[in-house]
Order: sequence, then structure tokens, then C-alpha cells
Amino acid sequence: MAARTLLDKLWDAHVVKAATASTPGILYVDLHLIHEVTSPQAFAELRARGLNVRCPERTLATLDHSTPTAPFDDLGQPVYASEEAAAQVAELEKNCAQFGIRLNGWNSDHRGIVHVIGPELGATQPGMTIVCGDSHTSTHGAFGALAFGIGTTEVGHVLATQCLLQQKPKSLAIHVDGELPANCSAKDLVLHIIGQIGVNGGTGHVIEYRGRAIQALSMEQRMTVCNMSIEAGARAGLIAPDQVTYDYLRERPYAPRGEDWDKAVRYWNSLASDADAKYDRVVHVDASRVRPTVTYGTHPGMVVALDAAVPAPASLQERRALEYMQVEAGKPLAGTAVDVVFVGSCTNSRLSDLRDAAAVLRGRSLAPRVRMLVVPGSLAIKHEAEREGLDQVFRAAGAEWREPGCSMCIAMNGDLAKPGQLVVSTSNRNFEGRQGPGARTVLASPAVAAASAVAGCVADPQSLLQEQAA
Amino acid sequence: MNPITHIRARTAVLAHENIDTDRIIPARFLTTTERAGLGRYAFNDWRYAADGRENPAFELNKPAARACEILVAGRNFGCGSSREHAPWALLDYGIRAVLSSEIADIFRNNALKNGLLAVVLSESEHRYLLAHPGIELAIDVAAQTIELPDGGRFGFQLDAFAKHCLLAGVDQLGFLLAHNDAIERFERRRGEAA
Ligand code: SF4
Repeated sequence: MAARTLLDKLWDAHVVKAATASTPGILYVDLHLIHEVTSPQAFAELRARGLNVRCPERTLATLDHSTPTAPFDDLGQPVYASEEAAAQVAELEKNCAQFGIRLNGWNSDHRGIVHVIGPELGATQPGMTIVCGDSHTSTHGAFGALAFGIGTTEVGHVLATQCLLQQKPKSLAIHVDGELPANCSAKDLVLHIIGQIGVNGGTGHVIEYRGRAIQALSMEQRMTVCNMSIEAGARAGLIAPDQVTYDYLRERPYAPRGEDWDKAVRYWNSLASDADAKYDRVVHVDASRVRPTVTYGTHPGMVVALDAAVPAPASLQERRALEYMQVEAGKPLAGTAVDVVFVGSCTNSRLSDLRDAAAVLRGRSLAPRVRMLVVPGSLAIKHEAEREGLDQVFRAAGAEWREPGCSMCIAMNGDLAKPGQLVVSTSNRNFEGRQGPGARTVLASPAVAAASAVAGCVADPQSLLQEQAA
Repeated sequence: MNPITHIRARTAVLAHENIDTDRIIPARFLTTTERAGLGRYAFNDWRYAADGRENPAFELNKPAARACEILVAGRNFGCGSSREHAPWALLDYGIRAVLSSEIADIFRNNALKNGLLAVVLSESEHRYLLAHPGIELAIDVAAQTIELPDGGRFGFQLDAFAKHCLLAGVDQLGFLLAHNDAIERFERRRGEAA
């Protein structure tokens, strides 16, 4: 057989019916993740047609997008931002009960952001196809699974048939060589990559991240990188599974056990791209050149090293973006006044992210007038962080320690910034208004976010961390 | 879904590049469990000022752009989130076709599944349309052509299956359901291999 890429192998293993000149291929879906916002209309369609959910056991639901992250009320009930949000959650509860779907709802210890709980439960495994009505499904590609976002009509397709109609995407290899500097995180790396290839650099492609710098990343860091593949226009990101993957997955609730585990690992080991496999495109990135990186504009490709000057606008659009952001070309972003800091989202809400932020905040306080929200990605992460005392570090500094959910990443649950406020955010999108009408977003790593909260302006954590070590 | 064979309408131009789905419909309007009625939120934060009044400077609010059913948008339209509320909102607002030099993958899929024609044109064709807002175009889906007022004609690519679905007004779930045997065979084959 001809040499194949990881994408080829994943694709071939899930083709129910190959594409023809006039029809797309039918692709089988191993795991379907659903949440309250993009599923109600799909269930309505199922009901209207008298259809059932074909594989409830391959479907996993959670509450995350419109759920409140504020403390529960005196009766222990969540306080929704609107009646509509409450109705949307009730709708998912009803749909899951009726169709026999596992829901990590209010009573579950594993409620959390859909892309955080899949891996955490071991439901996300190498070799799988995984879809969800959410574009950051690309996160799960960190495990060597073909994982991508779909629309609500397609959510209905998967519920009814466990399959999707798909054209095979092209492959883009991003080789990341060199060593990521010690003061840089996976977030800095992926922002750097998007800056290099552009917000449409991956359109029509699945990105496979390769090379020494990728292999050196932890599972949580790999998820941060794959998460933002969609921000480069790619539908999915992939990293070949290896020992790091297996060490993370072993013993997780849904991971295979005993002989099944050994057999699974043997299969997973066969997934890596063959040495002479051909990609449609190849890009090289030198990790050693990455510096702490932030966005300065209104899409995730407008990135700049923290201490470098914001580039002069090259188009009318870029000039508008700078106006919206109230950012001046020719000056570094460091030093720009900050109103709100958000640590959370499926990009950076895992335990290691919270540790990174806490390391900067320990023994310090927020600058006056800065509001900081720390929103763990799942209840399990919240509990783990509390065992480590991270919540105490955040609270002592003056930050809000909240219930898990998407929160200010998408600002549809009542957590949002006011018009004109500048938010340093560990999330993934800095579009105009994403964090509230008129809000200005600077995407950054958890460490940069925490340093900015302390300084009251966009700031490099380096000197704070050095002080602490001294 | 109604069959879509021809669209004859005037264009409105939104030249901004990278118009993301948060722009098309902000997330705070996604708490609905319906798909109808989202047109009033289309481009909400551009369309309305903070006090709820229409923003007269927004291109689609200008008299010449009213009732235009073809949207000519800057490069990389529909990037960002996978929300199908974006094409739902555009259709409900009255847009029937989106033309750009580049359209984000998930948005294009979602649009075509809902009968919103999403078409990618060459750079030069795109530049021409950006520079000529308000002209009437005649789109022929079967022929895959766009006719200009001066008789000029642009061709466009359209996935054969998406085209079939648009022309016949059928949706894709029926096609998938008809392949139940193949799906069962696949499941059995895998069950045995495990
Ligand atoms: S955290 Fe943000 S990007 Fe992630 S699933 Fe939630 S809304 Fe989407």
C-alpha cells in the first residue's frame, strides 16, 4: 500500500461508502459530543421526522455554553442570565432523557466544557472520528483523532445515522522544530503559527503538527495547539499519538482496560504517518523563535510578540481593527491598560493553565480596578485545583473563582465585558464583540493574562516569576 | 427545502475581510431553541447603535442596499464558529446567495445545506463585484453561471451533490438514511475486527 498520512489512515478506517463523482463519501462517527446551544433544532428535526438516535452510547452531552458560572443561589440552583438560556438547558435535559443519552448535567462530577471533558473522561481516544456542533472540536485532534466541528443540520445527521457526508480535506504538515523557549507556552506557539500562516492559511486542510517541539509538549499543551487550528481556517488539527498520549489516557473512566488497552495501544501505534507519506502542503516553524505572543487586532492572525512594536496597518481592514482596539502602530502592546482578565475556555482552562496563572499571582494582588475571572474547564479540574489550593491563590489576589463553563470566551451566559473595556483573555477568539458588544480582546497565555492582572496593563510575566524565584 | 434553480437579484457589498460568524450573529442571540426568526439579529452589532436605533452608516442599512438578496463579501467570509445560526440569520434577513473570493469551510457547508448559495469567485471577478455594488445578477445554479448586467458571465464551482440537493430541493439526511444497509455492514465489519 502507498505511504499514508495519519489523516489518510483515520479517513480510510471510517469510510462507510467512498465518494463518487456525484456523491460525497459517507464517514462513520465514533464519538458525538453535544451541548445545549447547537443541538435543540437537530432534535426537533428528528422528532419531526419520527427518527430515533441511532447510537446513544456514542453520544455524550454536557452543559457549558449558556450555563452560568456564578455561584449557585441559596437553594443550590444555577442562576441563568435569561429565561431563554434556562429553557435551552431544560431542552437538552429533556432530549437526553428521551433518547437515552449520557448527560454530564448539573448533578454530574464531570460537567464542563465539551472539549475539556471528552479528554478528561478518556472518551476521546486515538484513531477515532469525533464531531461536535462546535468549531473547537479540533481540540481532540491532539490525541490522534480526526475531530472537527459541524453545523446543527449535521448534528441531526449524526444523531440519526451516526454518519456524515464528507469530502476528504487536504493535508497540511506543520513541522515545528527547535525548542520552545522556557518562558513560552503552547498558547504562544500556536498564536505564532497562526500569525505565520494567517487566519485562512489552513482553509480546506487538516493540519498535522509534527516535529520535535510538538513531541515535547504535554497532552494539555497539545490540546491548546490543536484547539486553535480552526483559527487558522483548518477544520481539524492532528498530532500522532505516542507515549505522552497513552500516559494521559490510561486509567481514565472511558479508556479501555487490561487486554483491551494493550490491543488499543498496538493499533494506536500504527496510526502515525508513514515516513515517506506525502502532504498537500508543508510549512516549517522554528519554535526557538517564539516569544510571549498576544493579539493586537480583531482576528487571531493579528499577533505580535509582547515586546515588539505593533505593525503598521497593511489594509483598510487592519486600520479599522487598530481603531476598534484603540491600539497604536509602532508601539508594543505591553503597557496597554487592562480592565478585565479572563483565564478559561477550552483553549486554556486545564489544570496546568490554572497552575501557570497561579504561579504568577501567588502572593500578589490584582491592580486596582482590574476584574479577573478564573473559570476552570470542568468540575473535575475545579476540584483538583482546590485540592492544590490554587483557588486560594486566586481569591487572595482578588480574582473571582467560578463554576466551570465557556463563560467569557463566548459571553452568552451573562459573563461579559462592557463596551470599550480591554480584556486580556486566554480564550481563542478576539473578534469584535465576541466578549460583549464593543469589548476589546487581547488573546494571551495564562501567564501573560495573570501578569497583566497584577500590572493593570498588558505585561510580561518574566520579571514577576523571577522575583518569586529569588 | 424549496428547490433553488435561479436567483435574480441586486447585490449589496460588505467589503470587510474575515467577516466572522460572531459578526453575522453575535453569540448572545444563540440561546434560542428555534431556527426561525433570526434575521432581526443578522449583523446586529453593525446594524444597530447601542441605543437600539439603526446605524445609518452600516452598508446594508443604506437605501440602495435594501432588498438586495445577493451579498458580495470580503475574503474569508464566515470564519470562526460553526454556528448554523449564521446562515439561518442571513436567509431570514433575505439574503439568498453569498459571493466571495474565499468562504470558510464550515460556513459554506452549513449555508448550502440550508439553501443559501455560497459561491467562491476568482480574485478578479470578486474585485469587479466589490467595485460595483447594487448591480443585478442572474445566477443559474444548473449552469453554474452568474450573468452580469452587461452580458458578461462568471462561472463557478459547485460540489455536484450540493448542486443536486439545491436543484431538487432535497436535504441530505434522506440520502444518508437510504444507506442504512451500508452503515450496518460497516458496524458489523468493525465489530468483528475488534
Ligand atoms: S470555551 Fe469557547 S471556544 Fe470553547 S467550546 Fe466554549 S465557547 Fe466554544
